[in-house]
Amino acid sequence: MAQMSITLNGELRGVPSDSTIATLIDFLSLPEQRIAVEHNNKVVRRADWPVTNVNQSDRIEVVHFVGGG
Amino acid sequence: MSDSFVLAGESFGSRLIIGTGKYRSFGEMTSAHAASGAEMVTVAVNRVPLDGSAESFLDHLDPKMRILPNTAGCYDAEHAIRTARLAREALDTEWIKLEVIGDQVTLLPDNEQTLDAAKVLVKEGFIVLPYFTDDLIMARKLLDVGCPAVMPLAAPIGSGMGVQNPSNLRIMREQLPEATIIVDAGVGVPSDAAIAMELGADAILMNTAIAEARDSEQMATAMNLAVQAGRLAYLSGRMPRRLYASASSPIQGAIK
Repeated sequence: MAQMSITLNGELRGVPSDSTIATLIDFLSLPEQRIAVEHNNKVVRRADWPVTNVNQSDRIEVVHFVGGG
Repeated sequence: MSDSFVLAGESFGSRLIIGTGKYRSFGEMTSAHAASGAEMVTVAVNRVPLDGSAESFLDHLDPKMRILPNTAGCYDAEHAIRTARLAREALDTEWIKLEVIGDQVTLLPDNEQTLDAAKVLVKEGFIVLPYFTDDLIMARKLLDVGCPAVMPLAAPIGSGMGVQNPSNLRIMREQLPEATIIVDAGVGVPSDAAIAMELGADAILMNTAIAEARDSEQMATAMNLAVQAGRLAYLSGRMPRRLYASASSPIQGAIK
């Protein structure tokens, strides 16, 4: 499978080159509920995950919630 | 007596808002949260670990509590705005505790960046609750841009120093009688919470004072009572301070 390199949560990562946000979340085995995804600094609505293509050198942030004050 | 705490049109039975950080276990956090009586709880937004170790943290919160995501860890307006947008998408909430830190050692807020971020987020429909330095002028500016409340610090985050500048809180209360003022950060013990409430704060947000107590559940109960006591005292109106004594018993009629 062709690979490309993206920056995911600050780390360089190889991922399949035909990824969308939805396939990426699945590929990484990340929990799908109550997370949010940012693609090159812009939030991607959950409904748009399957139609948002990820390209070489893109920056993706996937966040969830942790304890804090 | 009905004295509910109304914030952005929502009514809360408790004037204590609590954090979720630094607890030694989820069990301790859950017990402390229940004991606190709080109806709103703040959580941080963080990168999902990519090694599969992500825990379903939110499952440990009482579903009846309003979740207030925060922008802790952000050092400029841009990162805080991005974090707020992510939190809204993940939790489907407009509520955000805006926190823009200016310095790693003191964790004191960057008021200028906070105001910049607040302007943008209010325009985007967020209910922005900003953490800032206890300063009247800054409070006015934050209210003017549309924040429904302001959250001055009592002391640096996690310091447990208590209200360091009671005069500033008093001035803020007197000059902004209609504003919702939530003291955020710096409370160490229940007396600190009571003092802030006696000075007229509408609510208190705290985390470390409960989480780091040896018995966090019991401390949560103590904080719950202190916030209520301070509120009642504020509503009751304190006696004047006097330099000299004022006898409580009749002076006339004492036997000679």
